[in-house]
Amino acid sequence: MASTIRVRATSSGETTEVQALIQHPMDSGFVKDAKGEVIPPHFIQELTFEYNGKSVFVADWGAAVSKDPYVKFSFKGGKKGDDLKISWVDNKGATDTATAKIQ
Amino acid sequence: MTIIDNGFSPARRVILKGAGAVALVGLGNIPFSLAPAFAAANDKYPEDAFKAKSEADAIKSLYGKTAEPSDKVRLDAPEIAENGAVVPISVSTTLADVTSIAFLVSENPNALAASYKIPAGTMPSVANRLKMAKTSNVIAIVEAGGKLYSATKEVKVTVGGCGG
Amino acid sequence: MRPVIHFASAALALAALAFTAVPSAVAADKPDPVADAKAFRNFFAQKFPKVKLEDFVNGPYSMNEDMHRQWEEKEQFPPYEFSLDMGKEMFSKPFKNGKSYADCFPNKGIGIRQNYPYFDAGEGKVVTLELALNRCREANGEPPFSYVKDEMAALTAYMAFTSRGKPFDIKIPDDPRALEAYQNGKRYFYTRRGQLNFSCATCHVQTPGERIRAEVLAPALGILNAMPIYRSEWSGMGTISRRFTTCNSQIRGVPLNPQDDEYRDLEYYLSYVSNGLPISGPGARP
Repeated sequence: MASTIRVRATSSGETTEVQALIQHPMDSGFVKDAKGEVIPPHFIQELTFEYNGKSVFVADWGAAVSKDPYVKFSFKGGKKGDDLKISWVDNKGATDTATAKIQ
Repeated sequence: MTIIDNGFSPARRVILKGAGAVALVGLGNIPFSLAPAFAAANDKYPEDAFKAKSEADAIKSLYGKTAEPSDKVRLDAPEIAENGAVVPISVSTTLADVTSIAFLVSENPNALAASYKIPAGTMPSVANRLKMAKTSNVIAIVEAGGKLYSATKEVKVTVGGCGG
Repeated sequence: MRPVIHFASAALALAALAFTAVPSAVAADKPDPVADAKAFRNFFAQKFPKVKLEDFVNGPYSMNEDMHRQWEEKEQFPPYEFSLDMGKEMFSKPFKNGKSYADCFPNKGIGIRQNYPYFDAGEGKVVTLELALNRCREANGEPPFSYVKDEMAALTAYMAFTSRGKPFDIKIPDDPRALEAYQNGKRYFYTRRGQLNFSCATCHVQTPGERIRAEVLAPALGILNAMPIYRSEWSGMGTISRRFTTCNSQIRGVPLNPQDDEYRDLEYYLSYVSNGLPISGPGARP
């Protein structure tokens, strides 16, 4: 089963730019389905990025983050070929993790 | 520094105040598979801030202080969102010692949309995609050197982003 | 200015005739798709002189600066990624009988999207890519997919992706039935329908770049090149079939069934007049 996490990490010498797209409904709990029943909230709460065992970015998300959420940031350092570890946890306790190579 | 008694442990204040580089190393090693549904008393996730309705309450809950507008905070958001469900919004700043960046949408049911922890060594710049229920101010908050700075922009929304 | 611009008073049928460079006469006896396509392109080029020909495939994004920026930002990591990945996986997975999609298509289905739809002389009808995919499935003992989204969108997304950059290359053989299918499609495009009494041209020829309610309208030139699309409005993917049917509903008309003859002919016409413009699918739209 394919991971829900897509990452592009590119190093340009001094800094590494990271873009991530996660497959997740990010249901806000404000939308009703065709039957008129509220679709319960179901969204990623925390998304973390680690390089060399150290956290380089933490996203705390609420239900107002778009479906199939996207985030972009940069950090100093990061070499081509090194690993970047990404994990998320949602409000139902589900998780996913992926490791991406810095290009 | 006033500690706001909102149930959060003082350790969280330390993290947000920028001693984060060390504290966050520990965060990275938490085995997520063991973490229960995040709503439980886990002071990493600012649950109360996300539940706050107004932007003032959310900022107070998240940071315990108020922000002053600064032209050193650059907020990029469209004039008219093509669709309220996916509005690309980004912020960058020339301020130094940035430890946190947050995005709020004042007319959303809960104003706080996202909050980011910026460890030392990470650039103070974030791009994300947010839902906007209707035309609203988007506020970016940057915590730098222990103080809060903000930038605001009105984004018009014609097709609401909450499923309407 | 050319007479084609004066839509206000002219009924759209007449406006359509203006494209064939016969201003007020009745339609020519024999359809002339080559002249049509040229006139179609010229019309949009004159209406939007600052838009490069190949940019028309970006629909409303080529018409509005603010929207263009939002689109560029989303294209950095587009919302159709997941569907595209799924499509690639599905495409290479064999059917239960051991065969695969590659066996149904020329060049194993890679880099051929720009040739669809085509006129099938044996059947005497237009065959679209979506139709061909489901026929491939049924020929190999698999149930057909819904035409409007999910798997069909994923498969066509992948096939479009392998053709990205290739110019639309729709052929109309010298066969009266093919010409008739082309004309049917063109007629459908310019015929008003539904409670709102709009034709496709009302929005996409008469008012591209302007708004209908809150949406900026796409130009008809290149309008299928980005298909299938991830629409923010749908919070998901949709195919050409989805767009044709929902468009009919939106003008308060009764939609036809996906892949009904009129829709196949419509796709044939729209694709042909966009010949030469690059395939850009899969795409993202508001």
